[in-house]
Amino acid sequence: MAVRSKARRLGALVVVGGLVVAGCGSSDDDDAATDGDGEATEQSCAVEDLQLVNDGVLTVGTDTPAFPPWFVDDEPTNGEGFESAVAYAVADELGFSEDQVTWTTVAFNNAFAPGEKDFDFDINQVSITPDRDEAVDFSDGYYDVNQAIVGFADSAAADATSLDDLKGLKLGAQLGTTSLDFINDVIQPEQEAFVYNDNNAAKAALDAQQVDGIVLDLPTAFFVSATEIEGTEVIGQFPASGDQPEQFGMVFEDGNPLRDCVNDALASLKDSGRLDEIEQEWLSDSVDAPVIPLG
Amino acid sequence: MTDDIDAALEPEPEVPEVALPERPEGPTRRQLAERAERRRAVLIALFSTVVVFAALMVLVVSAPGWPDVRRSFFSWHHFSESLPDVLPAFWINVKVFVTAEAFILVLALLLALARSSRAPVLFPLRILSTVYVDVLRGIPVLLVLFLLGFGVPALRLDGVPRDPVFWATVALVLSYSAYVSEVYRAGIDSVHESQRAAARSLGLTSAQAMRFVVLPQAVRRVVPPLLNDFIALQKETALVGVLGPIEAARQAQIYSSREFNFTSYVAAALIFLAFTIPLTRLTDWLLSRQRTRISGGRLA
Repeated sequence: MAVRSKARRLGALVVVGGLVVAGCGSSDDDDAATDGDGEATEQSCAVEDLQLVNDGVLTVGTDTPAFPPWFVDDEPTNGEGFESAVAYAVADELGFSEDQVTWTTVAFNNAFAPGEKDFDFDINQVSITPDRDEAVDFSDGYYDVNQAIVGFADSAAADATSLDDLKGLKLGAQLGTTSLDFINDVIQPEQEAFVYNDNNAAKAALDAQQVDGIVLDLPTAFFVSATEIEGTEVIGQFPASGDQPEQFGMVFEDGNPLRDCVNDALASLKDSGRLDEIEQEWLSDSVDAPVIPLG
Repeated sequence: MTDDIDAALEPEPEVPEVALPERPEGPTRRQLAERAERRRAVLIALFSTVVVFAALMVLVVSAPGWPDVRRSFFSWHHFSESLPDVLPAFWINVKVFVTAEAFILVLALLLALARSSRAPVLFPLRILSTVYVDVLRGIPVLLVLFLLGFGVPALRLDGVPRDPVFWATVALVLSYSAYVSEVYRAGIDSVHESQRAAARSLGLTSAQAMRFVVLPQAVRRVVPPLLNDFIALQKETALVGVLGPIEAARQAQIYSSREFNFTSYVAAALIFLAFTIPLTRLTDWLLSRQRTRISGGRLA
């Protein structure tokens, strides 16, 4: 089965290549042509030319539970929540109708592990890092993200205004996340960080007051403090630690040519202001949290 | 018939001394033959072992996927990188294991005694201990761990500890004492009823009979299966990680999630093995000693 579908993909590639070389062109809004780099191997982004995991549908991966503000009601298919909305906007831009989009469950850490993928792209608050980029391919960033820390408002942690104030705290984060890296590399607490399988376990530990604070991306942090764990607040957010902002990107199997098409779609969503609108709609709550300087 | 017995009772007639032929110095022909046979057996065993293992090596190493396998699972670079992280994390496993084991031995024995009690007045105790064992043995340890580790501290009761390592240890104790009490009970049941009867007839109370006659024999018999359960417990300490503390397996997972390489898991596995294999060998040795003792007893 795998061999056959690979052969079919290869076949499709040859056909596409042949079409482009022969200059027949297809009736799509092919951005490759407007790029003007004149590469003959540039693929077409027409829906019928895309190499998809499942024929005719766009298969999008995300973890379960899919939580707000990225998804709503643990239901990626409803188009609600920032990432669900972005996924459908990208699909629309690529030429897929809503019912041509299917979702598949992909554990956070598996999304960017090396190897064959059963999704066309994965959208799951995955930050783009050089290490991960070696194992998979990333789209351009679709959201600039800050790390943030959540703790109980009446605890000692709530008064923290500098990194030094945080060093003495018990901190936790999800395994394999940039949040955990942030604790270990930037905050460098005196006591070893607590590490959880997923954000739910981290939240449970915070709720049980086994940790003084958990580190999350800012929008998730806002959601946790506002609606999930009573009595908590976003103690602070952290500016980007490098020169570049940390960004969420969609994940592709290494070398998947679909990436370029999705990047084109993202670019036009940015140009048209659609991406900003979606962000306004779903992430505008997460505006101001006190900034904890890194220096 | 009676003649035979009389004959048997009579003193043995003197046997005239026969001069044995002088035995030459050194081993006999039979000894030599046996020695040669043994040597041949060793050689054959050695030869077949070498051939089989060499063939396995060649098969594995020449397999098309071997370089990939070696890179992902047996990379020396990743092994030496991850081991210094994983080894200190194992300390949590050791602490949890040793503490839990001590409590399990006691709690399980109490449970087994409660279930083996016969006094009518202790009937509720029998019911309680039976229900306890049924329930705790039937629930996955992971669930007990989540229930206690995240659940109890979330109640925010005054004076109740919140430390996840503490609750993980409690969960293991509760779960494993249910198993181990059944091992004890099997041992108690295996002591023949006549032992108890004899003890009672000597004037020992029921409790004394249990304490001085039944239990010593019972515990001795179940030492190997007890050790077996402790080997299992020792591995189960890796579950502590789900509550947040970084133990050996979790540390390996952290390394693996960062480097996309599985050698750190192999490193953690080796550390666990270094701990469990001596225990396993000890169990084997005890079992074989016990077998010899029992059969030796029967023959005597």
